[in-house]
Amino acid sequence: MTSSLQLSFQSMNNILEIKSLRKSYHTKDSEILAVEDFSYSLSDGEFIAIVGPSGCGKSTILSILCGLEKKSGGEITIKDNYKIGYMLQQDSLFPFRTILDNCLLGLEINHELTKEKKKKVIDLLSTYGLKDFINSYPDELSGGMRQRVALIRTLATNPDILLLDEPFSALDYQSRLAVSDDVYRIIKQEKKSAIIVTHDLAEAISLASKVIVLSERPSKIKKVFDIKLSNRSTPIENRKAKEFSEYYDAIWKEIDFHV
Amino acid sequence: MFSEEHYLFIKKQRRNQFYVRFTQIFILILFFILWQCLANFHMINTFIFSSPRQMFSTIIELHKTGDLYQHIWVTVYETLISFGLGTFLGLLIATILWWFPFISKVADPYLTILNSLPKVALGPIIIIWCGAGIRSIIFMALLISLIITIINIYQSFINTDKNKIKLMKSLKANKWQVYIKLIFPNSIKDFISTLKINISMSLIGVIMGEFLVSKEGIGYLIMYGSQVFNLNLVIAGIFILCLVAAIMYYCILYIEKKLIK
Repeated sequence: MTSSLQLSFQSMNNILEIKSLRKSYHTKDSEILAVEDFSYSLSDGEFIAIVGPSGCGKSTILSILCGLEKKSGGEITIKDNYKIGYMLQQDSLFPFRTILDNCLLGLEINHELTKEKKKKVIDLLSTYGLKDFINSYPDELSGGMRQRVALIRTLATNPDILLLDEPFSALDYQSRLAVSDDVYRIIKQEKKSAIIVTHDLAEAISLASKVIVLSERPSKIKKVFDIKLSNRSTPIENRKAKEFSEYYDAIWKEIDFHV
Repeated sequence: MFSEEHYLFIKKQRRNQFYVRFTQIFILILFFILWQCLANFHMINTFIFSSPRQMFSTIIELHKTGDLYQHIWVTVYETLISFGLGTFLGLLIATILWWFPFISKVADPYLTILNSLPKVALGPIIIIWCGAGIRSIIFMALLISLIITIINIYQSFINTDKNKIKLMKSLKANKWQVYIKLIFPNSIKDFISTLKINISMSLIGVIMGEFLVSKEGIGYLIMYGSQVFNLNLVIAGIFILCLVAAIMYYCILYIEKKLIK
C-alpha cells in the first residue's frame, strides 16, 4: 500500500491520481458498466478536457471525483489539503438568494464564513464584472452572467481542482464563446487546475492543453491528445490557430459517433 | 417621464379594472333587489325563501342582543386554532416524510385513502372520542385541513430541482442544511398557497363540526334556524359566513403579499 502511494506520487507535481477507475450502475433487470478503466494523473495548474460520445460516462467520472457517487473500483488519490470544486451545466442559482448570498453558500455550509472570506468573494464578483449585481436576484441576470456567478460560487470555497461538467451547454452560441473565455481567464488567474467534460470538440481544443477521448460505454481512454497550438492565448483566439482544425479532424475521427 | 401612449395604456387598464369591479358590485345589488321584489310581489314564499329585508333585520336583532359577535367569535376562534394546528402539524409531518423516504413510501396508500375519505363520515366517532364540545369541532376541522396540507407541502418539497440538491451535496451540505437552506425556502410560495387552501378547509371543517355538535357559532346558528324553521336565521347565518370566509381569505392574501415581494 505504502509503495503504491509512493509510486503514484513519484512526480510531486501530480495533485490528483486516478487509477483504473470503474463504475457500474444497477437497475432492476440489468447492470450497466459505465466506466471500465480510467486512469489519469493531473498535475498542478493543468487544464484538461474529456470528450466522448454522449452517454459514455464522462460526467460520471466527475461525479465520482467530487464524491457525489461511489466508485465501484479503482483508486483516487488527492494530494493532501487539496480541495475539489464542482461546476454543473445548470447554474442552479437559488432564486430566493441574492447573487452575493448565492456565492457565499459553500462557505456557509462549511461554517467558514468570515469577514475576510466574504470580502474576497465580493472582490471576485467585482473583478469579473458583477459588481453592480451583488445585491440583485438571479432572475435579473443573463444566462452568461449567471454562469459566471456559478463559477465564483465554486471558487468561493477556494478549491484547487475545478471539475466543470458541460458548464456552457445551457448557453446560446455567442454567450458560450464569451463565457468560456471568461471562465478560462478566471481559472488561469486564480491558478487553478481544471477538468472539463464537454461534447463540444472545439471548446475542448480551445480550452485544454490535453484532450482525453473516451470510447463508447463502458468507457475507456481511447486516445490522449496533447494540444500544442503555435500561439496559445485566449480560447477565442486559439480557435484561429492553424493547428486547430487538424486537431479537430483527428479527434473527430477517434470518437464513435453514431447517427 | 413616459410617452403619451404609455399614459393612455395605463388609463385603459385602470378603466378596465373599474368596469370589472363595477359589474361585480352591480350583480350583487341586482341580486338583492330582484330577491326583495319577488318577495314584495309575493312571487316567492318568504317563509321558505326569506327576503333581504328580513335577513338584515335578523342580523340587526342579533347585533342588538350581542349574540352575533359571540357566534362569529366562536367560529373564527375554532377556525384559527385548527388552521394553526393544521399548518404546524402539516409542515412537521411533510418534513418527516421528506426526511425519511421509507416512511413516505409506507404512508403513501394511507394518505391517499385518508385524503379521499369524506371526513364527515368520521363525525359520530369523533363525538364519542372527543366529547360533545369544541374539541370535537377542532378535531373535525383538523382532519379536513391536515391531510391536504401534508400532501401539498410534501409534493412541493420533493419537486425541488434535483440539480440544486446535487449542488448542495457537491458543497458537502448535510441533510439538515439541504432542508433549511434549500428545500424549505424553495417551497415558501407553495407553502403560502397551501395556507389559502388550509384556511378555507378549516372553516369548512368547523362549520361541519358545528352542524354535528355545538352550542354556539355560525354553524350552530344555521343548524338551529333550520330546526325551528326560521329561514331568516338560516339565510342570515349563511350571509355572515360568506363575509367571514372572505375576510379570512383576504387576510391570508395580505400576508402573502407582505411575505413575497
